[in-house]
Amino acid sequence: MLTGIPAAIFYILTGIILGSAVMVVSSKNIFHCALFLVLCFFGVAGIYILLSAEFLAAVQVLIYVGAITILMIFAIMLTAKLYSAKIRQSNEQVLPGIIIVAALLVATIFTLSRTAWKLSYETAQVQSTVGIGKLLLTKYVLPFEVVSVVLLTALIGAIIIARKE
Amino acid sequence: MVGLTHYLTLSTILFCIGIFGALTRRNAIGILMSIELMFNAVNINFVAFSKFITPNDFVGQIFAIFVITVAAAEATVGLAIVLLIYRNFKGINVDNINIMKW
Repeated sequence: MLTGIPAAIFYILTGIILGSAVMVVSSKNIFHCALFLVLCFFGVAGIYILLSAEFLAAVQVLIYVGAITILMIFAIMLTAKLYSAKIRQSNEQVLPGIIIVAALLVATIFTLSRTAWKLSYETAQVQSTVGIGKLLLTKYVLPFEVVSVVLLTALIGAIIIARKE
Repeated sequence: MVGLTHYLTLSTILFCIGIFGALTRRNAIGILMSIELMFNAVNINFVAFSKFITPNDFVGQIFAIFVITVAAAEATVGLAIVLLIYRNFKGINVDNINIMKW
């Protein structure tokens, strides 16, 4: 539970995340979308710090802000002349989309506000970075290795897909 | 007072914004960005559950790390496909790309 200044920080971060997310899906200029995506990822990193997951906050900034968004901007630059403000960026499904999304939102928020979560009020014994490091190299060492193979496969696959014949 | 429900509500709204973007964008890169928004919403959920329900067990955070890794792989392959589509179709608006329809 957060009270006082941390709670205020939570609401500020929520405003930043949701505002920039709305700009990501609604802005006419796809390049501005990528920049708002960076802002949104920074906000999510702040939420991780509020949840005392410092390691994940650092990973978020490194991978999402540092790698994925830069990759997106590269792709936008390489597919030139497609991000001018004159090109229509949304299809004809805006109204059905709004209806579906609003229904999903209402149903989910109704459900999660009525659920009795089994909350635990203990505080963590060790810091999250220590705990994650120990678990990744003991109990979860097999998924850890498998996910590195997944990354290697994605790397090779991207090179093979994108190269010229 | 900010508790678990606040974080879950935040991630639900973020997920819905991502779904809206994926449904309505014409640009393939815009759709990939909306998918990244949805991944972030899911990660907020994992970390919030990890903190509020199992604070001494970091399984939720480890799952979030795996989600981030898979998201990176997805973005790489997705953008390679987008570049290939751009080369073949001279455009990446998904409503023009319908050669697999019918």
